[in-house]
Amino acid sequence: MGYILSKEGLNKILSALSKEYMIFAPKIFENGNKFSDLPLVRYGRVNSVDEIAFDAKSSNSFKETFMPISQTLFFFTEDAVKEADSPLAGQKGAIVFLRSCDIHALKRLDEIYLNNSEADYYYKRVRDKIKFVLLPCKEPFASCFCVDMQSNKTESYDASVEIDGENTVCIDCKNHEWDCFFKEAAQKVLPVTPSFVVETKTRVSVPEQLSAAQATALGFWAEYDGRCINCGRCNFSCPTCTCYTMQDLFYSDNGRAGERRRVWASCMVDGFTDVAGGGAYRKKNGERMRFKALHKVLDFKQRFGYTMCVGCGRCDDICPEYISFSTIINRLSGEVTQNGGE
Amino acid sequence: MEENNYLPFRSEVIDIIRHTKLEYTFKMAYNGAVLPGQFFEVSIPGFGEAPISVSGIDSGSVDLTIRRVGNVTGELFTRRPGGALFMRGPYGNGFAVGDYAGRELVVIAGGTGVSPVRGVITHFASQNSDAKKLTVIAGFKTPEDILFRKDFEAWKKRAAVILTVDKDEGNGGYPVGLVTEYIPKLDIQDLNTAAAIVVGPPPMMRFSTKGLIERGFKESNIWISQERRMCCGIGKCGHCKVNEVYICLDGPVFNFSRGRHLID
Ligand SMILES: Cc1cc2nc3c(=O)[nH]c(=O)nc-3n(C[C@H](O)[C@H](O)[C@H](O)COP(=O)(O)OP(=O)(O)OC[C@H]3O[C@@H](n4cnc5c(N)ncnc54)[C@H](O)[C@@H]3O)c2cc1C
Ligand code: SF4
Ligand code: SF4
Ligand code: FES
Repeated sequence: MGYILSKEGLNKILSALSKEYMIFAPKIFENGNKFSDLPLVRYGRVNSVDEIAFDAKSSNSFKETFMPISQTLFFFTEDAVKEADSPLAGQKGAIVFLRSCDIHALKRLDEIYLNNSEADYYYKRVRDKIKFVLLPCKEPFASCFCVDMQSNKTESYDASVEIDGENTVCIDCKNHEWDCFFKEAAQKVLPVTPSFVVETKTRVSVPEQLSAAQATALGFWAEYDGRCINCGRCNFSCPTCTCYTMQDLFYSDNGRAGERRRVWASCMVDGFTDVAGGGAYRKKNGERMRFKALHKVLDFKQRFGYTMCVGCGRCDDICPEYISFSTIINRLSGEVTQNGGE
Repeated sequence: MEENNYLPFRSEVIDIIRHTKLEYTFKMAYNGAVLPGQFFEVSIPGFGEAPISVSGIDSGSVDLTIRRVGNVTGELFTRRPGGALFMRGPYGNGFAVGDYAGRELVVIAGGTGVSPVRGVITHFASQNSDAKKLTVIAGFKTPEDILFRKDFEAWKKRAAVILTVDKDEGNGGYPVGLVTEYIPKLDIQDLNTAAAIVVGPPPMMRFSTKGLIERGFKESNIWISQERRMCCGIGKCGHCKVNEVYICLDGPVFNFSRGRHLID
């Protein structure tokens, strides 16, 4: 059902919902940017419309709202383990505002955490309690290539919230539990279609016919040996990256109590593949770049039927070495065409 | 609510068998289905988790043969029978012994690589073996590094067993050389069906599979077991991924016709 309401109307709803839900949305943090004078946009808790950055892209993705960078799995003593409470314990759930490409990214997170063999207990525990609100995109950002990755449109949301002009809010609500809130605040009830981007400035062409062996044989990976500084920011900002590493810690040096955590990991960073006896796979940054790129556009698709990358452009925005992932995708297909697919 | 797949269970150390200074077998209490070639995530809270293959399966227990190399495995070696460890699993596909029934079978293993295939060898070296012929070629660094000595003696009754060492400064009486030297000399009746299993360090696996192909083995009749960094064992942490494959889920055992195309 679609609704037109005022900002005050939406604020009343947000404040009612915030009694039961934690609400997360992209927010502007003035002077928060370490690299320039520009403000930093990242996810944070919100309670009102004006706190939400409707016209900006968050540098980090929505995933950190419910897949924390570091998450305690359980507490232990020498001979017992005890599960850590859910971050949403005592709460009905959480509401996350996100864009169309992000909703497509969510499907990728679910694919790994819920479907790639058994469901991940900690992910599912939180995921089941989250509602998603679409922030429609009227215009693409410079680095976006969602249209070519087919992530520009979506219908998988509980509601969409779009600001039109000074004080008009357009809602498309698909969650029947919420209709009562909107009905009460609505100035008009009428069908609402959220805006979707249909054209982007950055374009990519994803290679269709490419084997891992062909892609590995391409000459250009070595260029990234020196250019990439394996900082991993491209992975940490990516809404589709899911890797983590286990970490145990004792609370004090001589204590026997502590906790096991999982922390985000990156296939670009040293140590990701280290095995006993000093062995490691993909020692060079170019090899890691190849691994990441093929995962995003080739092998995830071989396994699950669709590409992993959703074209949000965050990795391009954040790379301190100005390495462009969209360019890498195009180089892959360019080189493939040049070599006649061989 | 579903089961928490990360909470380990406590398991008692029933016995510890010392093979070498660096390698012990821990007999751990365990009731449940498990296949040779599968692995457990073994942990000591505060030190971390390590994936360890089952090297033996009995009713009420599993054997874990562990090489001391670092944090977790180092701490493991301070445990004594009667103590306990935490475990979760078993994970991975393991070896399906049915794949090798009725065939000539060659098992080539190096060092701790014997652990995951020990159950397969014991099965086919038993009195009611359903393999046509079993040959075991195992390589260790020096005579002091040889694991499962008693098993090798027992297997000799029903299998052709070749034990080699890389170096022998004393006179252990073992042939010095690489396992690969014995592959061209393998006496095989039917190369269409003859099966081989190769487990060991990456270079040893590379040269052994190459040798087997040259000897006339079919790619699809060779199986290998892979090791990669693993943090979860259930297809989530991403560390073990190669191409579209998750070693922890789709492996660690692979038919060579698939395994040879994996590019790290
Ligand atoms: C499927 C599988 C089966 C294995 N079976 C056996 C076995 O039967 N017996 C045996 O002794 N070893 C086995 N290993 C290797 C064993 O897991 C590592 O030796 C162990 O994790 C090292 O842990 P650590 O804490 O003692 O070492 P650390 O102090 O953590 O580090 C020592 C080295 O081990 C590497 N390492 C750390 N964690 C892992 C990990 N999770 N996976 C792989 N390497 C890691 C480190 O990068 C470092 O190079 C197996 C590995 C895999 C993947
Ligand atoms: S591509 Fe850029 S962001 Fe990614 S690891 Fe390399 S330098 Fe860091
Ligand atoms: S790879 Fe880059 S463009 Fe693609 S989804 Fe991840 S961050 Fe976005
Ligand atoms: S060990 Fe975590 S994905 Fe395989």
